[in-house]
Amino acid sequence: MFGYYLDLAVHSLRRNKVLTALMVLAIAVGIGASMTTLTVVHLLSGDPLPGRSHTIFYPQVDASPKGKDSDEPLDMLDYRSAVDLWSARRADRQALLVQSQVRLNTADAGKPAVMTMMLSATTDFFTMFDVPFRYGGPWSEQDDASRARLAVISDDLNQKLFAGGNSVGRTLRLRDSDVRIVGVLKPWRPSPQFYAVRGGRFAAGDTSDFYARPEDVITPFFTGLDINDGNFQQFTCWHMPARPGHLQDAPCVWVALWVQIKDAAQVAAYRRFVADYAAQQQAIGRFTHAGNTRLRDLMGWLDFNGVLPGNVRLQAWLAVAFLVICLVNMVGLLLAKFLRRSGEIGLRRALGASRAAVFAQYMVESGLIGLIGGAFGWLLTLVGLWLIRQQPVAYADLVRLDVPMFLLTFVAAIGASLLAGMLPAVRACRVVPAWQLKTL
Amino acid sequence: MDILPILSTLRRHKTTAFLVIAEIALTCAIVCNAVFIINQRIERIHMQSGVDEQRLLHIALTNIGVTKDDKARRDEDLAALRQISGVVAVASVNEVPFGNSSSNGSIKLDPKQRLATLNATDYFGENVTQTLGTQLIAGRELQPADYMDMDQVVNAATAKEAKGVPHVVVITQNMAERLWPGQPALGKQLYMADYAFTVVGVVKELIRPSIWDDSAKSYSMVMPVRVANNEYIVRVDDPKNRERVLQAAVARLKEINPHRIVLKQHLLSNMREDFFQNDRAMAGLLVGVCVALLVVTALGIVGLGSFWVAQRRRQIGVRRALGATRANILRYFQTENFLLATIGIAVGMVLAYGINLMLMVHYELPRLPGIYFPVGAVLLWIIGQLAVLGPAMRAAAVPPVVATRSV
Repeated sequence: MFGYYLDLAVHSLRRNKVLTALMVLAIAVGIGASMTTLTVVHLLSGDPLPGRSHTIFYPQVDASPKGKDSDEPLDMLDYRSAVDLWSARRADRQALLVQSQVRLNTADAGKPAVMTMMLSATTDFFTMFDVPFRYGGPWSEQDDASRARLAVISDDLNQKLFAGGNSVGRTLRLRDSDVRIVGVLKPWRPSPQFYAVRGGRFAAGDTSDFYARPEDVITPFFTGLDINDGNFQQFTCWHMPARPGHLQDAPCVWVALWVQIKDAAQVAAYRRFVADYAAQQQAIGRFTHAGNTRLRDLMGWLDFNGVLPGNVRLQAWLAVAFLVICLVNMVGLLLAKFLRRSGEIGLRRALGASRAAVFAQYMVESGLIGLIGGAFGWLLTLVGLWLIRQQPVAYADLVRLDVPMFLLTFVAAIGASLLAGMLPAVRACRVVPAWQLKTL
Repeated sequence: MDILPILSTLRRHKTTAFLVIAEIALTCAIVCNAVFIINQRIERIHMQSGVDEQRLLHIALTNIGVTKDDKARRDEDLAALRQISGVVAVASVNEVPFGNSSSNGSIKLDPKQRLATLNATDYFGENVTQTLGTQLIAGRELQPADYMDMDQVVNAATAKEAKGVPHVVVITQNMAERLWPGQPALGKQLYMADYAFTVVGVVKELIRPSIWDDSAKSYSMVMPVRVANNEYIVRVDDPKNRERVLQAAVARLKEINPHRIVLKQHLLSNMREDFFQNDRAMAGLLVGVCVALLVVTALGIVGLGSFWVAQRRRQIGVRRALGATRANILRYFQTENFLLATIGIAVGMVLAYGINLMLMVHYELPRLPGIYFPVGAVLLWIIGQLAVLGPAMRAAAVPPVVATRSV
């Protein structure tokens, strides 16, 4: 029966090409616009570490004398608190992180020197965040402690400097120091660059920079502090640092600490540990208050920072509203189309077709329009995503249509047109056969 | 034209009438808000900066860090830049308008105040206002005698010696008005990091390098502090010399010290364009959406109108046979569309207001100005009338003889 209805549907769509084109256009434009923006939302709001994000936490204490217990603590840690919490080793893994701009001399490769962002982290960074290596591997804890002059570089930089070959053992010149490459990453592009997310609550929705690429050069944390001394940026300070860019003993917050706690039962214990640490610091007079410590998990931290850019959110709402209007439009057009064929319906009913059969016939026709609209909508989505890739935003290179969103394009198109076809089909199957036959 | 017969017809075609009304209402609500957002963005894009944008260049080189001779190097750079033909003024600065990177401080009116009155940016650098070309409206510019070196200021601040910290400041008119509403700001004192500063000059406008909050966009101060950050601004005599001077300046700076990396070299007008890139993209997108919405709505009215006419061919034939003119029929459909559009617009306005309230909460948008309602209404009436014209003309063309068939 389905084949026959499909045949009827094709026949009917061919009969009034303009009306058909209008309906396909409405579905295609609505689906194209919504799927473009929903794809962006989907890509930007996903879990950057699926399967392990619930074990990753971001401890916060508040060293600022300007804060109080009812305030949110500052988004990063001061050096002393960060190193204290890190060296206590109370979590399964813990990594100190700081980013700084460094001059990268690549005389080896015959390229001019460039300024690049350097990430300095302790070795757990790689295992905790499951960072994939192509060559070599992470450095050891011993290297962290001894401030070894080592580095791990990104796949991008390896392509640029060493044509993608195994560059383990080669040296890079960072500012005035030589560092030996111990590892080369595979392409790694977390979305967002979660470990560097902070300050979202001050960004007024302009958060697209959270989707920047990871740094090209990663050095051990303390090594980085040594070789790039004087070039560190504070998140904020409550007094002027004595030496700008050298923040180890400055009244500033500028270091991030991430920890991994695999056993959910241990989370409460770690939370208590952080609170106790702050209380103890208050007791010795280093903190003015200790009541606002935090231990958010990764997704909680991303949420708190509102990582999804405000513009993207607004566009998604707009696109969905647009789709609704396109659907209302389609309901009208389908109603026109189906009721114009009241005579035909009357005849079919008089010849014994049940209401359900008529209803099914028109739903098949709606679905077919949805399928065609979905195909065009898919093309429009590709165009829309291409347009977004041309925008100068940090997440432009992330934007592509993955398989789930591709499937959703068609599911949404067919679903939407079936929904739109429902009312007209119900009206069509209520046609009274005798009335229609009289006028044939 | 008699409205009652139209109303009674509509009452018998509730679904179709409802669809037209719903479509118009939704379109009206979304287009009103979208146009409002577009206007907001356009207003933002045209924000006044208070500086001579068409004549300014910005060059930033790598800062090697604090070295002993960085002041001498800065003076050498400035002297070299001044010698390039076409250069009117140069300054070594810490930040530039539209530069997206800024130094900010909390300002208090009383040192004992617990919360700061406002947060303002501080521009440093000798000659910075003269080079930027800001307009002084009261008091005086900062004098060479006011200036101190950044490293000395930092040392003095660390040692808590108030004498080693500057004590005068030039602020913008907006900031003065926010601090001392309705009073002259000259001679008044403000406090930053526990140090007192006396306002000696007020400039008309000087925009902040990074703007988180549009209402605080012109809270800027200029402080008499000399900096040597390898960041320069250059003003040229004529906008058409800009590219040439920029190239010459960068070449000259690289010649003086080839080890420096040029981080930024921009015309200020290009920086401005980049700064508002997001707003421009969003406005463009919204314009596209509005046009698409209006087209879809118009097509929907055409489709439903055609259906309606086809369904009522016999009724029209009867009316024609009973003496109605073509103009009567045409006007019937036009009036019907006008009625539907009016109901749709009325519902749409309420919806538009609701959406605006939601946006006010979530996106800190201001209230929708009243003018949008009449303009939106007229626009939708026109679109409705244009869309229904085709079907209505087809209705008017129905010959009376239709009435005699198959009644």
